[in-house]
Amino acid sequence: MPGLPLSWRGNEGEVMWSLTNISSAIHDWLNQTFNPTWVMVIEMVIAGIAVIGLFAVLGLVLVLMERRVAAWMQIRLGPNRVGPFGLMQSLADTLKLLVKEGMTPDGADKFLFNLAPFIAMMVAMLLMAPIAFAKGFQLWDMNIGVLYVTAISSIMVISILMAGWASNNKYSLMGAMRSGAQIVSYELSAGLSILTIVVLTGSLNITDIINAQADGWWIFKGHIPVIISFVIFIIAVTAETNRAPFDLAEAESELTAGFHTEYSGMKFALFFLAEYINVFIVCAIGATLFLGGWMPFHIGNWEAFNHVMDYIPSSVWFFGKTFFLIFVIMWFRWTFPRLRIDQLLTLEWKYLLPISMFNLLLVTALAILGWHF
Amino acid sequence: MFEEIGTTTEGDLIINVGPQHPATHGVLHLVITLNGETIKKVEPHLGYIHRSIEKMCESLTYRQFIYVTSRMDYLSAHINNHACALTVEKGMQIEVPERAQVIRVIMDELTRIASHELWWGAMAMDIGAFTPFFHAFREREKINEIMEETCGARLTMNYYVPGGLMAELHPDFQKKVKEFIVLFKRKIDEYDELVTGNIIFINRMKGVGILSKEDAISYGCSGPAARGSGVNCDIRKLYPYAVYDKVQFDEILETGCDSLARYMIRIREMKQSIRIIEQLIDNIPEGDFQAKTKAVLKLPKGEFYTRVETARGELGVYIMSEGATTPYRIKFRSPGFSNLSALDHMARGSKLGDLVAMMGTLDLVIPDIDR
Amino acid sequence: MFIVKYIKEVFGGLKSLLVGMRRTGYYFTHHKEIITEQYPDNRDTLVMADRFKGEVILLHDENNEHACTGCTACELACPNATIKIVTKFDITPEGKKKKAIDKFVYHLELCTMCNLCIVACPTDAIKMAQTFEHSVFNRADLTKILNKPDSKIREGIE
Ligand code: SF4
Ligand code: SF4
Repeated sequence: MPGLPLSWRGNEGEVMWSLTNISSAIHDWLNQTFNPTWVMVIEMVIAGIAVIGLFAVLGLVLVLMERRVAAWMQIRLGPNRVGPFGLMQSLADTLKLLVKEGMTPDGADKFLFNLAPFIAMMVAMLLMAPIAFAKGFQLWDMNIGVLYVTAISSIMVISILMAGWASNNKYSLMGAMRSGAQIVSYELSAGLSILTIVVLTGSLNITDIINAQADGWWIFKGHIPVIISFVIFIIAVTAETNRAPFDLAEAESELTAGFHTEYSGMKFALFFLAEYINVFIVCAIGATLFLGGWMPFHIGNWEAFNHVMDYIPSSVWFFGKTFFLIFVIMWFRWTFPRLRIDQLLTLEWKYLLPISMFNLLLVTALAILGWHF
Repeated sequence: MFEEIGTTTEGDLIINVGPQHPATHGVLHLVITLNGETIKKVEPHLGYIHRSIEKMCESLTYRQFIYVTSRMDYLSAHINNHACALTVEKGMQIEVPERAQVIRVIMDELTRIASHELWWGAMAMDIGAFTPFFHAFREREKINEIMEETCGARLTMNYYVPGGLMAELHPDFQKKVKEFIVLFKRKIDEYDELVTGNIIFINRMKGVGILSKEDAISYGCSGPAARGSGVNCDIRKLYPYAVYDKVQFDEILETGCDSLARYMIRIREMKQSIRIIEQLIDNIPEGDFQAKTKAVLKLPKGEFYTRVETARGELGVYIMSEGATTPYRIKFRSPGFSNLSALDHMARGSKLGDLVAMMGTLDLVIPDIDR
Repeated sequence: MFIVKYIKEVFGGLKSLLVGMRRTGYYFTHHKEIITEQYPDNRDTLVMADRFKGEVILLHDENNEHACTGCTACELACPNATIKIVTKFDITPEGKKKKAIDKFVYHLELCTMCNLCIVACPTDAIKMAQTFEHSVFNRADLTKILNKPDSKIREGIE
């Protein structure tokens, strides 16, 4: 159905339970019951609710995961009081944040101050659209998927700047300014490393990129240049999501809490959630571009092995890879000290950018000469 | 146009770091004049934790006043107490038994290690690495346990009395200390893996917070802060007290004058402290742990001054006595105060993020600065 | 050469980062290194060091007798007036008056656990207890009378 923003493309070959079957079943049932316009509206509502639900679950899971990872690296136990193994801890935290008073400082620009967290949230939601969670399970399979992601993710900086400016607090302002410089710079190398995959695939469409990896993930197929661009991508997105060692916008030992110093209660929670959702999304994109998205792991012509791998649902593959990358980013956070602002920019402009530009050339040569597998 | 660094002009960004701020580890208040991210001036404001310890000491007897000094530089509590006990012993001309002196040195060095451990963790935390803090506390906890067993407390021990020690060592003391030495030697390499060798860390510290040798002397800096600039000011070497003249150890000097030099000094000092303890732990002489003293201590009329090397630098204790049971006037020369005064000089022209690193390498303990 | 130096720098830096990550990764996977003590849960097994200075107590034996003569040495030794000894005069069977304590008042909220009183006591009547959970809702609860009701001084203690 052209023009339909939601693509629920079923897949006949899938034997096992899969998200695709569920979504196509819903789609078929709706089409039989309502006329196409209503189907579209209802599907949009369903997708919206699903995204919000996913957000909530992701937020809870990621916060808990972060605390556990941190604790184990710091030879501590981590949250273990609320619920079995502390699994309910983040629910309790959410409840606390919900009932907290959401204060707006007197001198603040009230409108912008209250708007900023929602923009942060909206950006995170928009980024969800082109991500393929499983085989054929995608909100919007647009032909410029990769470009869309890079474009939308740069809006994030607006919400941070807005929050920093509107708070009428010097710490917040400095945090926001730092984050502005940071995100603008690191977008370049993130974009360039994404481009290497685009060059190899010859398409901006996420589905095409994933399909191109059916015979092997790009990180294996693309030799060293793709590995380099993968490393650069991970570094750049860590910086883009303002996470340690690039958390200068928050830098609690310098700026108390940076741009969200003045936020409390649910408004703070939205920023907090948006950070984690952003981490999830950039890791999902990394997994899609470099690690084959929902593609199972195949080795050459080991038929039996490949067959076993195929039995693992594609959504498990996708989430597995994504959470692996999230773990790596958390690992960074709990190991490294923070960079200084000028070092941060030096790293980008003197190291990452030249390397990734050179790397892009290399990959282009690789693609033209067909030296990849 | 050349802007003069160090003057506040209209339109400058002035921010307050502290009195409640994660970077200051206490209630220190810094008024920082900024030009963008660059520091033009740092003005420390003190007084938030002033308890007038000096005045309090004037109304306490010579036995009583020692315990208060644990509350100054609480991380070198033993060493503070040592300084006070030494001053009283000097005034009364009490001969401290050899055994007590050796135990005092062991305790002092353990305290120094514990203090440097905490500093290391806090330092890493200042520049944004959280994990080292917990790792440092793991080893520090072992020292605290040793202290707790012998002295009965973990932070404010009050184990030294004029004339010796308050109590005999715990029977397990030697065994526990030896275990600690083995553990510590293994763990100190992990510190290097985690922080010292880290490229981000080195870049944050190198060439930052330059304090030249002349400046270090003129600001009256002492301890690791001054030794990082090549000033040999280790009181343990220059004016040995207790049994420091009988043990082998090196005075650590670095000539880098920057934050990294001050950092390396402390890391290497911990190893020297271990060396001192290793020499003494098996050679604690038998004998009394306390000299016979009169029930009521009275210092003769006059002025008495001693200095010791705490984990932060030179602590001087000055007592003026009128021959009564309480001091007439008491004054502490605390290392933190002088070291803090160099902060403005060091910080000018560097970035805000570096200020935190510099404060970390000065190892400021606020109650020591602000008594 | 410039390029070689540049590449060396990049790889040297990356290596130092990986070394750090290996360390944290080690602790992430080795849970037996965890040192957290789950405090309220391990109350039963928690042993405090036998010299731990928790609070001052007056020792009583099974006959409800203590060794305090009421000499106020501890009161004088205390730097912050934590101890207040209230004395009274007992009449001995021989008809002589004898000083004894009426109340041994101890202000836990003022005590700094400096141990000076313990050292000062000539009869070792007081010692440090190893308790440490001292929180109360009412500040007045921290002011304690250490001698038990109807307790007497032990025979032969002067
Ligand atoms: S321990 Fe110290 S402060 Fe406490 S009652 Fe005894 S002498 Fe006083
Ligand atoms: S406790 Fe000891 S020092 Fe205090 S009054 Fe009694 S006997 Fe004297």
